[in-house]
Amino acid sequence: MTHVVVVGAGLGGLRAAESLRKNDFDVTVIGDEIHLPYNRPPLSKEALKGGVEVEGLHFRRKHDDIDWRLGAAASACSLSERWVRAGDEQVSFDGLVIASGIRPRHLPVPGPHPQVLRTADDALALREQLTGGASIVIVGAGFIGCEVAATARQLGSEVIVTAFDDQPMVRALGEQLGAAMQAHHEAHGVVFRLGVGVSEFQIDGVTTSDGQRLTADVVLEAVGSVPNVEWLEGNGLDLSDGVLTDNGMRVLGTDVPVVAVGDVARFPNPVFDEVPRRVEHWNMPTETGKKAGQTLAALLRGEEPSGVFAPMPAFWSDQYDFGLQSYGMPGLGSAQLVDGQWSGDCIVEYRTEAGRLVGVVGVNRTRELMPYRSMIASV
Amino acid sequence: MKIFVDMDKCQHYGQCTFEAPTVFKLNADDKLEYVGEVDDALLEQVESAVDVCPMQAIEIQ
Repeated sequence: MTHVVVVGAGLGGLRAAESLRKNDFDVTVIGDEIHLPYNRPPLSKEALKGGVEVEGLHFRRKHDDIDWRLGAAASACSLSERWVRAGDEQVSFDGLVIASGIRPRHLPVPGPHPQVLRTADDALALREQLTGGASIVIVGAGFIGCEVAATARQLGSEVIVTAFDDQPMVRALGEQLGAAMQAHHEAHGVVFRLGVGVSEFQIDGVTTSDGQRLTADVVLEAVGSVPNVEWLEGNGLDLSDGVLTDNGMRVLGTDVPVVAVGDVARFPNPVFDEVPRRVEHWNMPTETGKKAGQTLAALLRGEEPSGVFAPMPAFWSDQYDFGLQSYGMPGLGSAQLVDGQWSGDCIVEYRTEAGRLVGVVGVNRTRELMPYRSMIASV
Repeated sequence: MKIFVDMDKCQHYGQCTFEAPTVFKLNADDKLEYVGEVDDALLEQVESAVDVCPMQAIEIQ
């Protein structure tokens, strides 16, 4: 039977594997973690508060005949000879799915590496460190940093957030909504030190680039991510920021049937423009996984993959009593408040200089935000 | 087919309503409402709804 290897046992790998299994291909999934695919968003919230274990986060499995090889990351690959190495094993394939995802970025500064939050094991370690009201310094004010800040405050911890950006979540939300979110965090007792870098890590804190020493029991580093592509080197692919693919998720630069999905895939989305981008939102692994499965199935059958792929990025973030939701790519436009107040429940549209709607963010406005999904898709 | 949504997990994001609009909807208070038993012809729609739920709160029984 035609054999597909999926490298990566996260959500994107799972969805691609399901799609290919449904099309009667033999599927092996290689994953670096020992866990079967599980849902990551609760790691910065429910799982950190306690009461939710990894078993409770596993995705429903639709097929019991997928071959899972867990606990060793892919370390090398030859596309021309069609094999992947993971641990001591070398696995051959007819078609390959790249779903190796991302890992937390580390700042290149001296001192011990702080805790990060990407995996279930990271969440368990952080939860243990935060017990008993331990204080925390969070380096990075993106979504993970801010969600952990909110959760830690709810657990009774003193929280300091420091970041190079001038507002939290500014790259996704823009300055005004970022500033409003900062005020909301401050009202809940979070202390911010923004617009500064970090010059050194210590076991019990950090030194900022302007010489302040911020101390706490726990240090968390949440400064973005790095795509896991090293195992693909030497195959002539464009690995400059993830893996470059066409609009149907087929990897460019090789004649071998290879697709990429999820956080690691850099693909053009005609909803916006022709620029290939990686999108780290939760819904993208499912969207790209299903599409990539169809594309690879066609390639393996000697057919031409077809159909324009125009997925709508979406994200959610719960911080205290604020539920943020978004459709589109707000980062491609400028913010304009269209309803409510910056400081509370609101709807913010994001438009390009030419006035084109490219994204929307709502705070506690779930139902009213829904029509935007088709409005953004149709412009 | 029977459908169950774990309302302790559900955060009312409403993504299921795009996939299976006759089964799931948000009410005037932005809270999820759903039909507990539906025709098997809707299986594909409901499976998509299960897949896109960020909280993985939907079960098909």
